[in-house]
Order: sequence, then C-alpha cells, then structure tokens
Amino acid sequence: MKKLIAQREIDVNEEGYLLDFNQWDKEIGKSLADENSISLTDRHWEVIDFLHEKYRKEEPLSIRGIKKSGVIDIKEFYSLFPGGPLKVSTLIAGIPKPKSCI
Amino acid sequence: MLFILSKGTIENAYAAFVMANGARMEGIESEIFFTFFGLEAIQKKKLEHLRVATVGNPALHMPTMLGGLPGVEALATKMMKKEMEKLDMPPVGEFLEILSDSGCKLWGCKLAIDMFHLEREDLIDELDGILTIGDFYARADQEGTHLLFI
Repeated sequence: MKKLIAQREIDVNEEGYLLDFNQWDKEIGKSLADENSISLTDRHWEVIDFLHEKYRKEEPLSIRGIKKSGVIDIKEFYSLFPGGPLKVSTLIAGIPKPKSCI
Repeated sequence: MLFILSKGTIENAYAAFVMANGARMEGIESEIFFTFFGLEAIQKKKLEHLRVATVGNPALHMPTMLGGLPGVEALATKMMKKEMEKLDMPPVGEFLEILSDSGCKLWGCKLAIDMFHLEREDLIDELDGILTIGDFYARADQEGTHLLFI
C-alpha cells in the first residue's frame, strides 16, 4: 500500500515498513522517527548507518548482534529507540523488520 | 510478562529467556523469578553447565535405559548447544547479560535460596534482588500483567 511520508508517496507494508529501500532517504527516516516520537540525534544516525551496513551485507539482525556491534550497547539501544528497539530502528531505517526470535 | 522459572534444564531456561527477551524486543515489560531448580540458571558456577534431560523426556525419542548411561546427557546437551549456536542463540551467561541490559528484571526466590543454602555472591551480579513470593505478586499487581510458570 501507499503511504504519504515526507510529502511523498512511499510503498509500505501493513505494519508501515518500507517495501523498497531505494525510496528511503534521511527525510523519510526523520519523518518515520517523528511518527514514533523520536527526534534523531547523531547517535541515532550512527545506529541507522550500522543497520544499513548489515542490510547491505544481508546479515540478519539480532539483539546479540547489537551487543557485538561495537557501535552501541544494548542499554543505549533501548534508550534511543524505546518500545522495541530493533522493530522501531529498522522501521526508521527503511529496512525490513527482523524475523528472528532473538 | 512475568515468568517463573522453576526448572533447571537448559530447554526450560531458554524458553524463559527467549520469551522474556522477545517481550522486551516488542516493547513489553518482562521479569523472571527464579525458584527451585530454576536457580541453577543464575548460579555463577552452574549456569554454563545446564543440561537437557535425557531420562523421562519422550520427545527425545531415546530409550530411557540409554538416556541414563554415563555421558549421554552431556552428548545430547552438546548437540543441542551446537544447534543453538547456529541460530546465534547466546550461551546462558551472555543471555542473562542481554536480558539485564534490555531492562528485564531478574529475581531470586528467597525460600528456595535459603533452602539450597545459597549466598548472594553465589548468584550472578545482574540479579536485581531476592524476593518472597508476596513481593513478586506485588510486582504483578498491574492491569494486563501475565504470569507464566515454566
């Protein structure tokens, strides 16, 4: 389905995740963060860069992977993206929601 | 989600950990209360030595006599841990760190700790405290709280 994000029509699934990463840019990210009541800081962007890198390498995301990332620890991850950090951060980053149970 | 872990086998510990962590990842509060044999999972010296039960476990499809032979339990546990590692499941100690960092509260049961003559220093540093069952119920006294016994 189509959703108006940052004055553009973007393809998203029923949970609001982008279907095509090519439609993502920082404006889209900011707008999705606003919807989740998050104002993005440099730290958020560092995490989003990390998520994009993992996505490009097609490496699955997990909370254990965050712990090992060297970019951020789990406590800060939860404080930056409250309400389910991997779920929220991947939505903002325009990549699919992780399918792992861990 | 509040979990009571009463068993000391690895599959039960992981069931509690995966569900408690899964709750946090969905933005749901979670806590684990370790009681009786569940205390094995938070004892510094024991937590990396949890095993899968090979006797009295029909789902393993192994004759009971065989399951009781020396080394069989260790072998079955080793195989299971190998499969878990493939799925990037953290070992028990690391999983507890992840849970604690994720904001999942970890509690020890006072009665069981007294019964097994355990001291605070026998238990993991991440433990948030030692509670009576009454204290734990008080924590459950909120709208929409679910309690799960494992």
